[in-house]
Amino acid sequence: MSGPGRTESRTGRIRTEPPIRTRALTKQYGDLTAVDNLDLEVRAGEIFGLLGANGAGKTTTILMLLGLSERTSGAVRVVGFDPARQPLEVKRRVGYLPDSVGFYDDLTGRQNLRYTARLNGLSGAVAGEKIEMVLDQVRLADRADDKAGTYSRGMLQRLGIADALVKDPNVLILDEPTTSIDPIGVVEILDLLRGLVRDRGVTILLSSHLLSQVQSVCDRVGIFAAGKLVGIGTVAELAARFGEEDAHVEVGFEGTSDSAVAARLEEVLGAIPDVTEVRRGSHALEPWTLVVRPADAAIRVREAVLSVSARDGLHLTSIRSVTASLDEIYSKAIRAAGLSSGAHRPPSKPAAGGKAVA
Amino acid sequence: MTEAAAAPTPTDAPATPAVVDRPIPPRGWLVIASKELGDHLESARFAILLIVLGLAAGIPLYLAAEQLRTLASQVSGAQAVFLAMFSLGPRDQSIFQFDVTVQGFVGLAAPLLGIAFAFDAVNGERSQGTLPRLVSQPIYRDDVINGKFTAALAVITLVLVSVVLLISGFGMLRLGIVPTFAETLRIILWLVVTIVYVGLWLSFGMLLSVVVHRAATAALLGLGAWMLLAVFGNFLVQLFLAVFLPVNASGTAEQQIAGLQVQDFVMRLLPVTIYTEATTVLLNPTVTSVATLSTINQYVQKQQQLPTFLSLDQSLLLVWPHIVVMVAITAVLFAAAYIRFMRQEVRA
Repeated sequence: MSGPGRTESRTGRIRTEPPIRTRALTKQYGDLTAVDNLDLEVRAGEIFGLLGANGAGKTTTILMLLGLSERTSGAVRVVGFDPARQPLEVKRRVGYLPDSVGFYDDLTGRQNLRYTARLNGLSGAVAGEKIEMVLDQVRLADRADDKAGTYSRGMLQRLGIADALVKDPNVLILDEPTTSIDPIGVVEILDLLRGLVRDRGVTILLSSHLLSQVQSVCDRVGIFAAGKLVGIGTVAELAARFGEEDAHVEVGFEGTSDSAVAARLEEVLGAIPDVTEVRRGSHALEPWTLVVRPADAAIRVREAVLSVSARDGLHLTSIRSVTASLDEIYSKAIRAAGLSSGAHRPPSKPAAGGKAVA
Repeated sequence: MTEAAAAPTPTDAPATPAVVDRPIPPRGWLVIASKELGDHLESARFAILLIVLGLAAGIPLYLAAEQLRTLASQVSGAQAVFLAMFSLGPRDQSIFQFDVTVQGFVGLAAPLLGIAFAFDAVNGERSQGTLPRLVSQPIYRDDVINGKFTAALAVITLVLVSVVLLISGFGMLRLGIVPTFAETLRIILWLVVTIVYVGLWLSFGMLLSVVVHRAATAALLGLGAWMLLAVFGNFLVQLFLAVFLPVNASGTAEQQIAGLQVQDFVMRLLPVTIYTEATTVLLNPTVTSVATLSTINQYVQKQQQLPTFLSLDQSLLLVWPHIVVMVAITAVLFAAAYIRFMRQEVRA
């Protein structure tokens, strides 16, 4: 870790500064506020998802983090440096995959990467090894000597990740890494990102408007709307804050095709406190759904299901809580922010949430 | 909060990859220039450059060759025969609108080449989607412009020098004319001035590529500017002068001279005039002045003057302001492109 990255924490322990931190970061284009008082903190070794619709200000934020766009006000520290003052220090430590990345069509994938390596002061055998390694990592080694012009969108995206990795970054910033890639490709890329965090301790900030796609891979997410973070935390935390008032518990039982068994089940399950509705599966093998209100009663309900099945000799086959999907959380968070937007800061303002989590 | 909270804590072991005690590449522009150079040498553009300059050298030389041979045999030993290869056209010039000389052709082609090698420098990267990637590397943003400018200028210089060497070789072998030391220096100076002139148009092309987001539009604008300023410029300005600033033919000699001086000034607003004057003086030692004379006395003096060859330093002195002006215009255009690019959003 570089010198300026260290700070003395209150406990006296040496603590490393978070790789990415913004304070009241603001960007205005004329009257339009693209990024509005953004407080964001990405911790070392995590995958942070910046989620929001197109035009929410994600790319603008990313460009400011890299020092490629001037901020209107606020403060930014990336890997211990201010990108507006020391852009080169930031850029040599941060790998960046731009939205809809492009390569020189007339050069091969390998030649494209070699150019990037040379711009980063790597050349000769060292660069060659490095390039070989990252090509392997993104599984492009067999196509590396074809012209980049012949690559599919998904391959370009993978080459883009390889390109960002050539410089051996501490932090990877990926703008829409999964857009315009087929579902299998998405899984591959997300696996790759997980692996990078695990094997190399890279910190990743990725942006996406496809929430459900990146839900699985992000340690924490920030929900971005109209230049503001309207929610930040793990998916579970956000679900607790922005999820429906109801929680859902899925339960499976044997013999539900028998109408007598089903009727008795319905009665028993409906009697559990806080269960407001019992929904049968649409066919015999599908689990049933218990609608629980309030949502935080879900744990009690699960325990109750276990005990009543033991008591009444019901043949429980499966039980699980269904967390709200990120899409659901997202629309809820936006609505929450939209309702309270005005002179006052919305109660769900991210800054508070961010600190509570930290 | 499950693995999310746990993951960030172990900061000791592999939490930060062992990066960057690697120095920042000190010459990012050099890396860019060498890549661009490679691109140029393999491009269709390069072939066009060869053809254009080849024609620029070949046609006038072919047309002038016969005349040169007679000239060479008549005035063998005279100072400027070698230079005549560059500045002499065919005997019957009236059928051509332009100077059909190597000097004239190169002067005509140089702006076109400058624009051709720069009009898509920045907007090309933009439309390919490579610009954000390029500027997110640890280089300064002006390295992009500097590198591309250097590469383009290097390619054009390379071809220009080769062409001049070819002409010289042709002159020496086929026509038997060997340059004197002063002539060699004059050719070199002519080359330098031409390269500065190409640089001027390169930086104009660079400015276009930064300001205009579509490469095709930039190319058309560049071509238009070339037509307007370099091809029809003289003609248009003369038309303008004839209409708005005519020389009063019935006035006194002083009035006429004053009128001519105004016309002179307006003509010099065109870079092509400046370049032509500079190269004419450099390639032709008999040209002893570029300005319209300002008093009657000077006219009288001039008529009494014996036709002489100007020495090289005197010629250089005569065109020094021209060179300075060209460098200044180049610097202004380049600075404009630079400032504009620094403030520009990189996103497509």
